[in-house]
Amino acid sequence: MEKIKKLILDTVKDAVIEEKQILTVTVSWDKLHLLAKTLKDNAELPFDFLVMLTGVDRGETLGVNYLISSSTDISVEVILKTDAADRENPLIYTVTDLYETAHLNEREAFALLGIRFINNPDMRRFFLNSDWTGFPLRKDYDPNPELNPVSIESKEIIDITPRIMEVDGKLVEDTANIFEADDYIINIGPQHPSTHGVMHFRTALDGEIIKKIDVHSGYIHRGIEKLSENLTYPQILHFTDRLDYLSANINRHGLCMCVEKAGEIEVPERAQYIRVIMDELQRISSHLLAWAAMTNDLGATTAFIYGMREREHILEIFDKTCGGRLIINQNVIGGVMFDIYNEFQQDVKAFIPYMREKLKEYDRFFSHNVIALGRMIGIGNMTKEETISYAVTGPAGRASGWSCDIRKHQPYSIYGQVDFKEVIRTEGDSYARYLNRLDEIEESLHIIEQLIDNIPAGEICAKTKAIIKLPVGEFYQRIETAKGEFGVFIESRGEKQPWRLKFRSPSMALVSIMPLICKDEKLSDFIGIGGSMDYVIPDIDR
Amino acid sequence: MELKNVKIKGIANEDFNDNEYLEDYIKQIEASGVNLVFGKLDELINWGRSNSLWPLIYATSCCGIEFMATAAAHNDFSRFGYEVTRNSPRQADMMIVCGTLVHKMAPLIKRVYDQMAEPKYVVVMGACAISGGPFINSYHVVPGIDTIIPVDVYVPGCPPRPESLLYGLMQLQRKVKLEKFLGNKQR
Repeated sequence: MEKIKKLILDTVKDAVIEEKQILTVTVSWDKLHLLAKTLKDNAELPFDFLVMLTGVDRGETLGVNYLISSSTDISVEVILKTDAADRENPLIYTVTDLYETAHLNEREAFALLGIRFINNPDMRRFFLNSDWTGFPLRKDYDPNPELNPVSIESKEIIDITPRIMEVDGKLVEDTANIFEADDYIINIGPQHPSTHGVMHFRTALDGEIIKKIDVHSGYIHRGIEKLSENLTYPQILHFTDRLDYLSANINRHGLCMCVEKAGEIEVPERAQYIRVIMDELQRISSHLLAWAAMTNDLGATTAFIYGMREREHILEIFDKTCGGRLIINQNVIGGVMFDIYNEFQQDVKAFIPYMREKLKEYDRFFSHNVIALGRMIGIGNMTKEETISYAVTGPAGRASGWSCDIRKHQPYSIYGQVDFKEVIRTEGDSYARYLNRLDEIEESLHIIEQLIDNIPAGEICAKTKAIIKLPVGEFYQRIETAKGEFGVFIESRGEKQPWRLKFRSPSMALVSIMPLICKDEKLSDFIGIGGSMDYVIPDIDR
Repeated sequence: MELKNVKIKGIANEDFNDNEYLEDYIKQIEASGVNLVFGKLDELINWGRSNSLWPLIYATSCCGIEFMATAAAHNDFSRFGYEVTRNSPRQADMMIVCGTLVHKMAPLIKRVYDQMAEPKYVVVMGACAISGGPFINSYHVVPGIDTIIPVDVYVPGCPPRPESLLYGLMQLQRKVKLEKFLGNKQR
């Protein structure tokens, strides 16, 4: 870390370095790009993984926090902070030339906070309609519904983007076309069963070959981050379940851990065990649904029914524990809400051999099917470099040879004590992603097996104050969900509500790489690739 | 016609709650008079229609997964004739709206609804679609789908269990069985 600090000070002399939970570096807005570039090009420990890009309204100014990490060791973290000089016309240099994942994140910051990024080739609003009045995440946003009434009139989609470029040291505002004039464009989505939610892909075709994809999102943008700013911490918890609802419990675990870390709340060991067992069950159910949906996308409807059938067994265990099936409301700050029921261990132990049996069955009837193989092997290839630049984590990232499992690299809860293998493949195609998921189910079963008989007795929830106030500061927490790395950022000003809450969505990275890996593939394979990526749209839109 | 004569497969008549709406509907039909011959023909057609309602899935978020669970093994709503989920509005009899509706989506749901052929029905599933649910205070959420399109059946829950959705769909079957298109003299 000393070397990194020296490197930062050599690059930008007036950088302010603070030793907090994570090394935090504050620089002026015109120096940020230089610093990020130096850190990325650092040969010894390249900071080439942009984990989170968070726009923040700091009151006086508008700023951006970048949480960067290294692909070689994702437990190393540095936060870069910068503020725009002018609140009326906030400008910051883009980092899209360094990190591809910044494209959608910067567009999100523009839509929600009005920060414009110089040299970003596409500065349309993400999530919101282009005629939206105001920037919702600013503290002075006017929520009057008359300013933004609900309209049922269909609008023409305009494929022209405004942008602000630096040419010979001067800032020039101009526009650019997304598509060429004679492109043949079809809309896939927003309401299409194989987009796994309400995603809108504007696709330019050359015959049946995909030329270019333009991603539109926001068809399920519920403004969770803004809503959270007016709610207390325990009240926010249920929103995480409704982000990536397939990893509901894991997301909620992440937010609970972030609050517990900030508030220095000790979680009883019994609760830790219950949390991890539930997380792994949830991961299996998510992978089963992903498997089922992918086979359905490839045309195997029977396989879809099989996957859902096995999933019901897990949902039954959830149902008996807490009464919920999909969204289980199990984690609370300080522990879990419900203790396990008497036959819990028995049920889970019965499920493990059953699931192993079924995994063999899946392997037998689908994983080597000639038609399925033809639609998966060599389709949707992504290299390790692309994966890192687009910040694609989870089974998809590990299918391209990138070791990015947070459970291994930054063990949280009791993951340090259990033995499991990080499933890594290097092919980077749809088939590698498909197999990764099935292998991860096996690893999850292995984790549960180790824990299920050793659940210690004791409390299930720590005593917390009725009103939880976090100390002033910025808190980050990263956690491994079924889709990849989920992140929570809380900026607290000592109140019972957060000043700013941001979730890092693993699905956003998965969607952002779709235009790249679908290029020059057939249109029908687009559906299969989407299935292999397994994104959940409400997680992106928040 | 009386409500207790409307038979739905798989559930006893006494098990239905909240019958006022349908009873009012029967009174309304009877007040305008029913032709005997065409009325019987209606019953035959409705028997067919109510047992083959093909849904258009309008799944935006979490409830869509519970809808899938209802459709798949274990719950299997094809037992009641909902088997063929359609992805084209022109082939669907009813729309199941599962999930939150936001500003950006509002024009699209109206358009899809307009594209469906008559007679068409709308079932809303989950608190978000009914009223905005936990997100009602948001700047970008429409407080209820009934502000945009007419709704036949509301299925509460967050998300509703498959059993609730099945109950809601059976309520819709009852409504379909009562309708008079040919026999109603005012038509």
